[in-house]
Amino acid sequence: MDVAARGIGKATTRSGERLLGAAALASLAVSAVLSLVVAPPDAVQGEVQRLMYIHVPAAWLAYLAFAVVFIASIAYLRTSRIRWDRLAAASAEIGVLFTALAIALGSLWGKPVWGTWWTWDPRLTTTAMLLLIYLGYLAVRRITDNPTRRARWAAVIGIVGFIDVPIVHLSVVWWRSLHQGSTVFRLGGPEIHGAMLVALLAGVAAFTVVYAYLMTLRLRVGRLEERAVREALSPTVAQVAEEDA
Amino acid sequence: MTFVRQATAIAGKDLRIEVRGKHALGTLLPFAATLLIAFGFAFGPGRDVLDRTAPGLLWMAVLFAGVMAARRAYQAEAEDGALEGLLLAPVDKAAVFVGKVAAIALELIALVSAVLLLVVVLFDLSLGSPLALAGAFALGSLGLAAVGGLFGVVAEAARTREAIFPMLVLPLATPVLIAGVRATDLATTGRAGEALSWLGLLVAFDVVFVSVGILVFGSLMED
Repeated sequence: MDVAARGIGKATTRSGERLLGAAALASLAVSAVLSLVVAPPDAVQGEVQRLMYIHVPAAWLAYLAFAVVFIASIAYLRTSRIRWDRLAAASAEIGVLFTALAIALGSLWGKPVWGTWWTWDPRLTTTAMLLLIYLGYLAVRRITDNPTRRARWAAVIGIVGFIDVPIVHLSVVWWRSLHQGSTVFRLGGPEIHGAMLVALLAGVAAFTVVYAYLMTLRLRVGRLEERAVREALSPTVAQVAEEDA
Repeated sequence: MTFVRQATAIAGKDLRIEVRGKHALGTLLPFAATLLIAFGFAFGPGRDVLDRTAPGLLWMAVLFAGVMAARRAYQAEAEDGALEGLLLAPVDKAAVFVGKVAAIALELIALVSAVLLLVVVLFDLSLGSPLALAGAFALGSLGLAAVGGLFGVVAEAARTREAIFPMLVLPLATPVLIAGVRATDLATTGRAGEALSWLGLLVAFDVVFVSVGILVFGSLMED
């Protein structure tokens, strides 16, 4: 836990932040070239299939971000260190953003390919429920001004929400199915053109760097918010709060 | 006191409050009935549509009533500093959770029985296999009670933002809704055997939420 905390501390210095920002920009550029120029158009779906190179990375980021919320929430409940709560809050906001993006992009892709904006397909429905659960998480964070209480409640929702996702998914899978099957992680190797796979993986990598960059920004805003609150307190209380953080 | 006795004491207290206050009978049941009749207006009066949608409508009524029952279970605690008293009492926080969930679940089961009767009369639902039906409702009520009992304390703090509690509980309870409706549909159409896997899903949901609740409820209550 301490190693992770130190690593996050290093990445959130101003120079670490700038470095990540540059890396995010560069990897996005590489991913754009690979997915728009290098990868061939899909044999059946044509150019519209290129949406996959941002749709899949966005969905990947959504799940990555909520996994981070889950781990940070457990860490917060175990250690009561407010920095874990800050991490969870930052990751949840970014996760909600990318979940919404993944759903919107999927919808745009679904219209020409499936002929409909929305179907009650398991992965689609689970992702929509994921968005709603974490919108609830963010809503609860706004209820109370008591930072300890807010952090505890948020941590519980961060844990329960993440554990609920596989059960929701299973129930929706049993309920009905239409999505195209997994193409990358399947027995007998990926069933996808080499250049397409490279473009897809580049997209996933680029989005992950973007996530790290957005996290450093959001974490800095979180620290500044807390400092602003602390400075409004009396010196004695502020000192206690400082030691707590 | 042992854990079980603490939990029974909490459940007994909550149920006594319910029996004496007649909240379920006086508010929740008429609410569920209003909801069912409104559904009837929305989808009726064609018999076949109501026939097919009856299990879904029934569970929607149960879901909304469950949200209200869970909120009610913590409203009583907010009065006269009862919650502080409960927290200061030398009882295991997990026992408080289990007691609350048990009380909400029993209330819901009583409510569901009455709602089911209404649906049978209003929408002409046949009972099919009563055993599978009872299983679905008991397990579903427990699942709803576990989610609601866990986050009811959040609802109490969010009184000025009423929508937050259902917004939190309803997505989390998706598996209960889906499995409950499917199991009810299968049980009432004489395919109780196929309902078994859905009942299994409900069992899994209940086990997960009750055990996670026992682990984390203390963190929700501390300040």
